[in-house]
Amino acid sequence: MTVYIARRLLLAIVVVAGVIILTFVIAHVVPGDPAATWAGPHAGPAQIAAARRFLGLDRPLPVQLGSYFGGILSGNWGYSIHTHRPVLSDIAVAAPASLELVIAALLIAVIVGVPLGLVSARWPGRPVDHLVRAGSILGVSMPIFWMALIFQLVFAQRLRLLPVTGEYAPGLLFSHPLARRTGFPVVDALITGNWPMLGSTLTHLILPAVVVAAYPAGLIARMVRAQVLDLVGETHVQMTRALGFPERAVFGRYLMKLAWNPVAAALALVFGYSLVNTFLVESIFDWPGLGSYAAASIGTLDTPAILGVTLFIALVYVVANLVVDLVQAALDPRIRLR
Amino acid sequence: MIDTPSLPPSGPPGSPGPPSPPGPAGPAGPSGPSGPAGPRPAVSPRPGPGAARRAAALAARARANPLLALGGALSVLIVLAALLAPLIAPYPADAGSATHPFAVLRPPSAAHWFGTDQVGRDILTRVLYGARVSPLIAFFVLLIACLVGIPLGVAAGYFGGWLDDVIMRITDIFLAFPALLLALALASVLPASLTSVTIAISATWWPWYTRLVRGQAASVAGRPYVASCRALGISRRRIIFRHILPNAITPLIVQVSLDVGGVILTASALSFLGLGAQDPTPDWGLMVAEGQTYFTTDWWVVTFPGLAILVTAFAFNLLGDGLRDALDPRRVMLR
Repeated sequence: MTVYIARRLLLAIVVVAGVIILTFVIAHVVPGDPAATWAGPHAGPAQIAAARRFLGLDRPLPVQLGSYFGGILSGNWGYSIHTHRPVLSDIAVAAPASLELVIAALLIAVIVGVPLGLVSARWPGRPVDHLVRAGSILGVSMPIFWMALIFQLVFAQRLRLLPVTGEYAPGLLFSHPLARRTGFPVVDALITGNWPMLGSTLTHLILPAVVVAAYPAGLIARMVRAQVLDLVGETHVQMTRALGFPERAVFGRYLMKLAWNPVAAALALVFGYSLVNTFLVESIFDWPGLGSYAAASIGTLDTPAILGVTLFIALVYVVANLVVDLVQAALDPRIRLR
Repeated sequence: MIDTPSLPPSGPPGSPGPPSPPGPAGPAGPSGPSGPAGPRPAVSPRPGPGAARRAAALAARARANPLLALGGALSVLIVLAALLAPLIAPYPADAGSATHPFAVLRPPSAAHWFGTDQVGRDILTRVLYGARVSPLIAFFVLLIACLVGIPLGVAAGYFGGWLDDVIMRITDIFLAFPALLLALALASVLPASLTSVTIAISATWWPWYTRLVRGQAASVAGRPYVASCRALGISRRRIIFRHILPNAITPLIVQVSLDVGGVILTASALSFLGLGAQDPTPDWGLMVAEGQTYFTTDWWVVTFPGLAILVTAFAFNLLGDGLRDALDPRRVMLR
């Protein structure tokens, strides 16, 4: 186990180093002059040269890479061109809202996807199976920016069932001000016992979370179905049948537990994917998270901010995969002995 | 007992008994190929019945798998729309930069089935022409990804050693980004155009093929028949092209067909964020982005282009999913 952990950690470190190098390459070796961008459209050659010296772009590339590495490790991720604040503190402000959205979406995806996958595998080849498979493929085929617009139009603007945009009703800030403890509005409202605010944050969360859940729900349903179909013929499953357990228990109790392993792995993968999907959804719902920040950065060609968010999500992705691998190795000796 | 050929085939039909006379009394025997010495004309078109049987089996599977049939039919329709767009689009000029200031934002009607957009262009026309944009991007992205990914995968899997380690660590780094994220970061520093989108997505897609081909190549490279090829002095190039690559073809076909939908979604997302095609291009993602402003009052400007993205991605994903089931015998057995 120790050897496995050491190997896996080493691999993660190599990948993180590579990820940093790759973002550096994107920022520095691409066409265009960052110094000219930084100095602004009306800068003269002397000012651009000064900007180049200030940004350290006149030094050889390996030296620049070294100081870039040092900056990333010491928490200096550069300055955003449009907010003029350090990128890392911008990310720290924006991240909780996105994490809340993605966690809510993944919860919905598991609650919807796992039962659908089980039902589909219970009656393979039957109409219900075709229906679930079509639905899950529809989920992974969804252009979610379009789904966000349609849902907003139908459920918020036409049917008036749910709020249109934002994290909570801004008027509530006067009667029930939200104390900022964790940065997650739902959690903050819950731990301070701010019930009207909790209700408002939850209803505001539903639409964007359902939209972000479309892809992971489809993916999880497919994975559970495939995994259960792989397992259903195994002798230990036949054994539970032979012992006289009803089919419902065989699927609901035994096979479901066995299907969790790939679902956990899929969740780690889809966590990073969903964080990126918030880029397409948050600005539509006026959700003040990483996605809105990234979309605004893309709109203003704010390269340090875009690459900062890119690096942040890639790091989250690497860490999530690492955690899942280690947990799976702890639970399943076959993985660490391979 | 063994020497008596007059007895009817007693064992199960699979047993390689002596070739029974090709009379009518051969109920469940191995039907087509009788003995090698059989000079009868019925045996000669050997590939014929085999291919026909395979086609029939495929048709039966399609019937058993309505989703594959649906995906195939929709994909054909989309390809037809792309090919025939100039013939079937009601207002071909609207695919470009035409403007009709007196027909702006008209709701769907007999003249404009999908309504008109913010400068009066027919949305049906633009949706039809859009079938030439996204699938074409997907084609080039997957072509580039295969051209880069397959050779690297063969090199890693066949030669192994330090080359394998280096190539696979590089793919690990690329795969540490969700595909859309890396494509977005790349596209945001390149000038906004369809070429940039194609380059950006290709740069994120090739590692999947390297991984897939590497796995196949590594599993075949250790087999005795490849070792005997080497012992016979067969050239490395011939081993790779005749023995390594053919083993990877089926999973590659499945993977490519599964990826078309993903590439189309990624490309449309980049276009939606303004990093892809620019205005007169009838790109679906761009049309959704442009219609966003008018959407609350004029629902059709966003609904139909977005629906086109959904249907296209859905069609190719159904096709890929069905192909995987049809070409992966293990899956079929489970059904």
